[in-house]
Order: sequence, then C-alpha cells, then structure tokens
Amino acid sequence: MAYSFPEEVLEHVFSFLHSDRDRNAVSLVCKSWYEIDRWSRRRVFIGNCYAISPRAVIRRFPEVRSIKIKGKPHFADFNLVPDGWGGYVFPWITAMASSYPWLEEIHLKRMVVTNACLELIAKSFKNFRVLVLSTCEGFSTDGLASIAANCRNLRELDLRDSEVDDLSGHWLSHFPDSYTSLVSLNISCLGSEVSFSALERLVSRCPNLRSLSLNRAVPIDRIACLLRQAPQLVELGTGAYNAELRPDVFSSLSGAFSCLKELRSLSGFWDAVPAYIPAVYSVCSGITSLNLSYTTMQNPDLTKLVSQCPNLQQLWVLDYIEDCGLEAVAASCKDLRELRVFPSDPYEEDEFDIALTERGLVSVSEGCTNLQSVLYFCRQMSNAALISIAQNRPNLTRFRLCIIEPRSPDYLTLQPLDAGFGAIVEHCKGLRRLSLSGLLTDRVFEYIGTHAKKLEMLSVAFAGESDLGLHLVLSGCESLRKLEIRDCPFGDKALLANAEKLETMRSLWMSSCSVSFGACKLLCRRMPRLNVEVIDETSEVAESRPESFTVQKLYIYRSVAGPRLDMPDYVLSMGEESPDLIG
Amino acid sequence: MAFQGELNLEATELRLGLPGTPAPAPAGVRKNNKRGLPELQDDPCEESTRPAKTQVVGWPPIRSYRKNCLQQRKTESESGGVYVKVSMDGVPYLRKIDLKLYKGYPQLLKDLEDMFKFKAGEYCEREGYSRSELVPAYEDKDGDWMLVGDVPWNMFVTSCKRLRIMKGSER
Repeated sequence: MAYSFPEEVLEHVFSFLHSDRDRNAVSLVCKSWYEIDRWSRRRVFIGNCYAISPRAVIRRFPEVRSIKIKGKPHFADFNLVPDGWGGYVFPWITAMASSYPWLEEIHLKRMVVTNACLELIAKSFKNFRVLVLSTCEGFSTDGLASIAANCRNLRELDLRDSEVDDLSGHWLSHFPDSYTSLVSLNISCLGSEVSFSALERLVSRCPNLRSLSLNRAVPIDRIACLLRQAPQLVELGTGAYNAELRPDVFSSLSGAFSCLKELRSLSGFWDAVPAYIPAVYSVCSGITSLNLSYTTMQNPDLTKLVSQCPNLQQLWVLDYIEDCGLEAVAASCKDLRELRVFPSDPYEEDEFDIALTERGLVSVSEGCTNLQSVLYFCRQMSNAALISIAQNRPNLTRFRLCIIEPRSPDYLTLQPLDAGFGAIVEHCKGLRRLSLSGLLTDRVFEYIGTHAKKLEMLSVAFAGESDLGLHLVLSGCESLRKLEIRDCPFGDKALLANAEKLETMRSLWMSSCSVSFGACKLLCRRMPRLNVEVIDETSEVAESRPESFTVQKLYIYRSVAGPRLDMPDYVLSMGEESPDLIG
Repeated sequence: MAFQGELNLEATELRLGLPGTPAPAPAGVRKNNKRGLPELQDDPCEESTRPAKTQVVGWPPIRSYRKNCLQQRKTESESGGVYVKVSMDGVPYLRKIDLKLYKGYPQLLKDLEDMFKFKAGEYCEREGYSRSELVPAYEDKDGDWMLVGDVPWNMFVTSCKRLRIMKGSER
C-alpha cells in the first residue's frame, strides 16, 4: 500500500485548485481524496437548481461558504418561459439556513426570490457577505430592507437586471450607522429614488467601497459630491446624466472625476447630454470597461468618448456607434477583448435608421487582435464578412450574431450564411459559445458538428431544414452542455437517436419545433435520469393529447433529483412517477 | 423626372406669397398642380401598402429590462417632435430627423447634404434641382411625391411624411 500525504497536506494542495472541474476530477481519484475534497470544498456551483436537491448538496459538501445557483432556462430572458414556471430558491435557503450557518455568499441567476427568502438570509447567516441577484424576480424593496438592517458584514449587494417590486427608496436607510463594510453596491435596476442623504452617508462611512452603480433616479448634480466621498472607486455606474448645462455643475463633476485615480469601469449615462460627457475625459485613459448600452448618446460624441479609452477591454454599446465609430474603436482600442453592440430600435421594420452594418464588426476584428467575445445585433451580413472575421480572429471564444430579420440571407449573394458560420467554427478552434441567425440550411450544422469541438453552448433560431441538422450537432459537438433551439424544423428522429447525449449535457430547450408528445414520453422512458418537461399553455387536458401532438415547448435536463414537484399546471413531466397530471 | 409639362397654372392661381418669392402652392391645392412623380405613385414598395409585420415573441433576443428602457426612451424622445425618415437611393440605411428642429429649407438641405454627403444644388421653382444628380423629394399626406421646396416651409413640416433623396437619372 502506497504511503499517502497526510490529509492536511492534500487539503492544502487542493486549495490551489480553483475551477470546479479540477476539484471534481480530484474527487474521482480515490475515496480518501473524495472525502478530503468534500470536507474542504468551499464554493459550489449549481448550474440547474433542479438537477440536484439541496439536501444532496449539503450532504456531500458540509462546509460550503459560497453558493451559486441558476434557475430558469436562458430563453426566459426573452419571455419564452411563462410566469410561474419555477426556479424558486426558497427550498435552498431553508435547507442552507439550518446546515450552513457560516455561509458567506449567495449568487443567484434567473431565480424567484421572495421577501421571505431575503428575511431568512438576513437572519440565518451571521457572516453573510455577498448577495448577487442576477435577473431574479419575486421580491420587493422591503426584502432589501431586511438585508440592509441585519447583515452586519455585508460586502456586496448586486441586483443586476433583477425585477424588483420597487415600493420606495427607503430601504437604503436601513443600513445602520455602525455599518461600514460595503465594498460593492449595484442598484441600477431600481426605479425609485433612494434618499440621497442616506446614500451619501453610506458612501462616506464605507472606506472600502470599490464599486457603485447608481440608479437612474440619482440626478447628475449629485454625483460629484458622492464621488468626492469615494475617490477610491474602481467601478462607477452613473445615474441619469442629463440636465441643462450649468458651468458650476460641470466643473464640479469634472473635478470629482479627475480625483478617481483607480476608476476602471464606467456605466449608466441614462439620457446622457453630450455637453456633460467631457467631464469624464480625465478618467478615460484608465478605463478598461465601458457600458454605454443604456445611453441615448449618438455620434460624434459617442465615438469621441470611446476613442479616448486606449486601454478599453470591454465595450457594451448601442448601434448608435455605427460603422464609423467601430472603425475608430478598431484604431484606438487595441486591447479590446469583448464587444457587445445592441440595437437601439429593434422593432423598426425592414428599413433602418442606423448606419451600422457588418462592416463595423469586420473593422473591429481586423484592428483588435485580442478580441475574444462578440455579441452583435445588425441588419445585414454576408458570408464574405463572416469569413473575414473568422480569419482575422481565430482566437474568438464567444460569437453571438443576431441578424434582426429572421432567415436573412447573405445580402450580397442572397445565399444562406452556412459558409460564413462554417468559417467561424473552422477557424476559431477555441469557440465555446455560438449564437446563429440568418438564413441557414442543414449545412451549417454539418460544419458545426465537424469543427466545433470545444463548443459548450449553442443558440439556434429559425434555422435548418430537417432532423439531420439537430442530429449533426448532437452527434458531433463533444463539449456541448447547453443547446437552445426555437422555430426550427427539428423533430423526433434526431432527439431519440441521440438520447444518451442529452445526459452528458446540462439542458436542451426546444420551442416551436416539431417534436411529438409520444417522442417525449419515449425519451423519458429510455433515459430515467433525464427530466423531460413539456410546456403547453393550451387548456386541453393532458391525457387527451394524442401521441402525434406537437409540443409547444420542451425543456430536457439531466437530474439526480427526479421530476420536480413545483411545476405549474402547464408543465407536464413525462416521467412515469410524476404526480397525477390532473389532480 | 417626368414633369407634367409646362401647364403654367401659376399664372391663373391665387398667390399667397409676396411677389418675387417662389410661388407657394396655395392651401387646398389640387392634385394636378403638383409636379407629380408618377413612377413613385405606383411604387409597390411603398411602406403604406405593406402589411404590418407581426412581432415574433422573444425576437430579436433582447432582455425585458433592456426592452423596457428602449420603449421608455422612445416615447420620451418622440413626444413633441415631427420625426420623418430620410432615405437615399443606394444607401443601405436611413435616418430619422425632427423637422421641428429646422427653421427653413436652407438649414434642412444643408443638414441632408452633410448627413448623406451629397450636393443638392440650387432649387428653382420651375425645374427643381435640375443641376444636380441627387434630388431631395418628399411624400406628403396625400401620398404624392413632391420636391423639397415646392411648398411653404410650414406647410411642408405639417404635410411631409417622409423624405427621399432620389437619383436624378430617374428624371
């Protein structure tokens, strides 16, 4: 028998492994390593809250300090998942309240969080430090008041993009005067005005405040005095950035910004008035992240601002930037790693208002050699442009293109965009995330199945011609974890032929496709560790549906917890042990 | 451009403008007094004849939060202004301008020239923009296409539905 290191030494060695994958690999080596890992694991990531029960997590990892849980499928962001679907975090909070008294961090994404959850968090975890609620819903500002009042050691409160029942801004005043440990506060999604004096006092007594994202209700003339209390800020989200130009306000703002020597990230600028923009010029040289995707600023002011940031790594912007602005970005922002261009007027019919075309993206792909991540909304694309982009930037890891009109062909040749996306997957060998759009045949899936070996997440809409497309992806993409499909002619054959593949993935979403009720039942019978959920909002009773009935929406995910028990009446689980569907 | 010939109806029409100014078309002018750009009237691509597109649920894929911000901004900015679309033949995008921001034709034309990088040249009542390749035209409330400058400014602002800078070769 080999002599092994003492447990403490192994534990120390394991503490250098930060990725979950590495820790999981370590736990598979032998029983003693499994045990050491489980007792020393401090962070847990649950990619799907229904894949495992809270009890099972707690049983395996008794000493967790930080947990991240995701709930609804990604397409919930675009209103494809009806209300009441699920993703309730309450069972997790109650289980952890009794078993993880030393829990410090909770990160939630797309989950339903109630005030009761927030109150329970506030009461149960004495050393609670970080609460991040990303795209969550179900709570009001009263729940925030509990957190503010009770979490003495809170460092971070981040409500990014959550839907909060905003009763009043009074909750902020619940932070006691003795509370000084705030490091990061993001309230940008809140509508109502918080008491400015409470905010100012909070900022002035928290010397470690690094990140402050205000909401729209904070007016521009108040920002300067906040900034003066927090010259150590690294991230700032302004509130509304508009007012009649007043020289005194401008110079005060300008002066305040020039004191922010550590500032790296800027966002906000709702309703930005160009006249006030030069107030931030003094910080531009240090800025690495700029989110202008909520501002109405247009060219030339917009381009002028962005071109002054030579160290920019991350740029989120509206299509007001236009091709000319992106050319300027390509010339000035040589370290750009991530670009996201959102549409300012997505529902404009087929004529469009903005001079942003594929040319802007091609310029950036030429000029920015570190570009890895792209999200781009535009109205026209060509295979030639995509091929150019692929050849310029083989280091792309995330490529999401949304051509606004579904099934748009190459605007130059009127051909499908198969060749263009094919070039992307062929050249960008490290591609992990891809979203397709435009006119696409089964061909593109052949390219993806053949080349996209590192692809983990694929989003498909209005594409393909037959089951072959889906089959090529499921059989070819070895690293695929998440697949979401809408409005494609994919049906039973591909799904049933690749049933085993589905258990190697986190989840599959299919809506407005051609999958039959019968195939769902069959799939469920063959794969007991898959939850096959059919979403059907028609009022027909489940049992009267024939086998051939085409399901509206389908969500399939692997789970060791069996079918969930909190489904609304329009979600049917295909599992045999599922409760009586009518009663 | 096919004009309707030299009917010279101005000689017999009541004029509302001062002598020496370009002849304004009186209020309530009839169709046959317009220059008439017949090839446009039958244009099958006219926006007004296209059926309204139904919005696809969840497309384009934009988060609700962002959508709400856009909607809010749109309603805020478009109250009070007279927004018209401006397109130019051969250019793959169009602009939206607020006519209320301009005081008269010269300012408008200069802005259009800057926006689309062209020269409209001089407007003259008889021959329009005869000396230039690109001609600014607009569609009025009746669906007729007129040259920019044909009617008094205020009438133009209230009756203009959209602008189009046309290639002069369509003459």
